[in-house]
Amino acid sequence: MKRIDCLAAIYDQLTECAVVTIMGAVAVELYSLGHRPNFFYLEHAMGLASSMGLGIALSQPDRKVVVIDGDGSVLMNLGGLTTLARYAPPNLTQIVFDNESLLSVGGFPTATGTGTDLAGIARAAGIPGARTVTGQDEFTAAAKAAIDADELACVVAKVEAVGPASFHMDLHLLENRFEFQRALRS
Amino acid sequence: MPVSERNSKLVYDALLAAGVEVISALPETWLVHLIRLADDDPGMILVRLAKEEEGVGVSAGAHLAGRRAAMLMQNHGLLQSVNGIVSLAQLYHIPLLMLISDRGHLGEPDPWQTQGGKATRPVLDALGIVTDELTDPASVHVQVARAMTLAQASLSPVALLLTRELMWEAA
Repeated sequence: MKRIDCLAAIYDQLTECAVVTIMGAVAVELYSLGHRPNFFYLEHAMGLASSMGLGIALSQPDRKVVVIDGDGSVLMNLGGLTTLARYAPPNLTQIVFDNESLLSVGGFPTATGTGTDLAGIARAAGIPGARTVTGQDEFTAAAKAAIDADELACVVAKVEAVGPASFHMDLHLLENRFEFQRALRS
Repeated sequence: MPVSERNSKLVYDALLAAGVEVISALPETWLVHLIRLADDDPGMILVRLAKEEEGVGVSAGAHLAGRRAAMLMQNHGLLQSVNGIVSLAQLYHIPLLMLISDRGHLGEPDPWQTQGGKATRPVLDALGIVTDELTDPASVHVQVARAMTLAQASLSPVALLLTRELMWEAA
């Protein structure tokens, strides 16, 4: 399963959501499908995409927030899963693309490649419906259901460790920041 | 408990007056009353963190979504949050009001707080963060208001150190 195909499968469903992604391949691939003002690509601060999503979700309970995370980033902020679970905003969905590596910096393996189960950690943290999906149809159904659901959800998608040919995005991070703020406040 | 309830209330009321609607916090002794006040206030969104750096993300999200936020933490929480402060709040020009208990400074009896106390001001200086000390109850309101004004105008972090003089009362 490829991350870009997963993103394409849910792209139309993200139209009305506030979307926060991590940096690297996730950001570039979503951007390549067509940028929208309601997409924010966190170009550093690994681990904090989910914390940002929590801040948005608690501040705007009527807006669906989708955090598109990765195994390396989630591993940097495992405690954040317990904070998500504690407040469990029903308008927040976390999708974790788990390619078992730090792809953007050279493909070094993460602990999910040697058995760490992020969905299991999320369940134990208090997100009972957290699950791992490995097939494309399974991902599409699970992710769409998670975004539609009126409860905190976490979907961990096992994907191949392949990314885009280039990590260049023709969008300065501050331009992205201010347009995203405007989209959220409008 | 010799942590000042009265001055904690003063600081909390100043945060309310500055328009703060979201507080992310990790407790320590000096902050217990402040956090309880936030917890008891149905109008306040209180996020109890596992680790302080999360609060930078929560505050950034709240800001982009149109709500004013503040972080409550010990100075060791500041040290814990440095990457988030640099690579989210400063990189992305986020106004981040940080109220930091000034442990390990003059009068500190706990040996384990003293190394962090020595590092707090140099780290804030190294990050270029405008910092003020809250010592006098009479000026808390205006200092918090000015810190929020500067944070919003500069789109930058601003630190207020909660000092022993303000937070601690002789038993």
